[in-house]
Amino acid sequence: MNDSLVTIAAIIGMALATWLTRVGGLFLMKGVTVKGRLKAALDALPPAVLMAVIAPTVLATGTAETLAAAITAMAALLRLPMIAVVAIGVAAVVALRAVL
Amino acid sequence: MHTSRRAADFRRGVLDILPVLAAAAPIGLLWGTLAAARGLSPFEAWLTSATVFAGAAQFVAVDMWRDPLPLLLIVVTTLIVNVRHLLMGASLQRHLGDFSGPGRLLAMLMMTDESWAFAERKVLAEPLRPAYYFGVAGPMWLVWTAASLAGAVAGRTLGDPAVYGFDFAFSAMFIAILAGFWKGPRTAAVLATSAVSAALAKLAVPGAWYIIIGGVAGVIVAALLDNDVDADDADQRGESAAP
Repeated sequence: MNDSLVTIAAIIGMALATWLTRVGGLFLMKGVTVKGRLKAALDALPPAVLMAVIAPTVLATGTAETLAAAITAMAALLRLPMIAVVAIGVAAVVALRAVL
Repeated sequence: MHTSRRAADFRRGVLDILPVLAAAAPIGLLWGTLAAARGLSPFEAWLTSATVFAGAAQFVAVDMWRDPLPLLLIVVTTLIVNVRHLLMGASLQRHLGDFSGPGRLLAMLMMTDESWAFAERKVLAEPLRPAYYFGVAGPMWLVWTAASLAGAVAGRTLGDPAVYGFDFAFSAMFIAILAGFWKGPRTAAVLATSAVSAALAKLAVPGAWYIIIGGVAGVIVAALLDNDVDADDADQRGESAAP
């Protein structure tokens, strides 16, 4: 009983911590006029964060992942449908991991 | 008319997220089995996925799960892994003009890397409408919670997703989304800065700080580069500035 209470407390604590980060974004920029360099910075935020999320996988995991990422990027720049890009990337990483 | 547009928006969102669901389902299953192996009941595993709803944080937490439970450490680590949501939300909230008050709150609570990325890609082409956003975020929540529950009930290891390349599916999807943000050499400078800073930070700093470090470094470069062409760009910016 005590065990499961601690477990539930941990889950609630994790949920509250996550909700704080999710809802906090609504108020972070409240009342700030977005223009000029600040707008350029905010516009660059999505690609910069996306890139940062995958950077360790792409650059610091192994040769197979780095090469597969390059192949995926080429497929993406050819404007193929997203599902095709993902399929090409996954197939490339499986093949390269088997070979390298 | 209005209803049919809403249905079409919702359908569009579901179609966009489908390939992500195919990758998220096995990863959710895997998380469920790991949680069960660490002693979480199926209900507790489901509750975690339903409320925390953040894959990276959940894997990190389950990895730290032991007896006695390091409650404070788990909560603080969750906070650090998820700090990126603050940056993502600050950007996304600019595009929630069509959302009601509760809609904005719900949109934020259901925000994942994936739904956020699709929303940011959408606003490059047209305004973000609630039906589209929840068409993306809703199925993601359903599949993630269902897969976690199924994994916890099955309670046995399904194997390493790396064998099937599923672990790379999210990276591949983010690369596909990144291509939509391409605007020339300045984008290249932002992406290169972010990638190198994040990769170095990942090697040097424990935890998930690399996301913040890479993101902030990229954003700083964007702001600095914008300063160089401030005068030239003034007109363009004027007409595209959000009200």
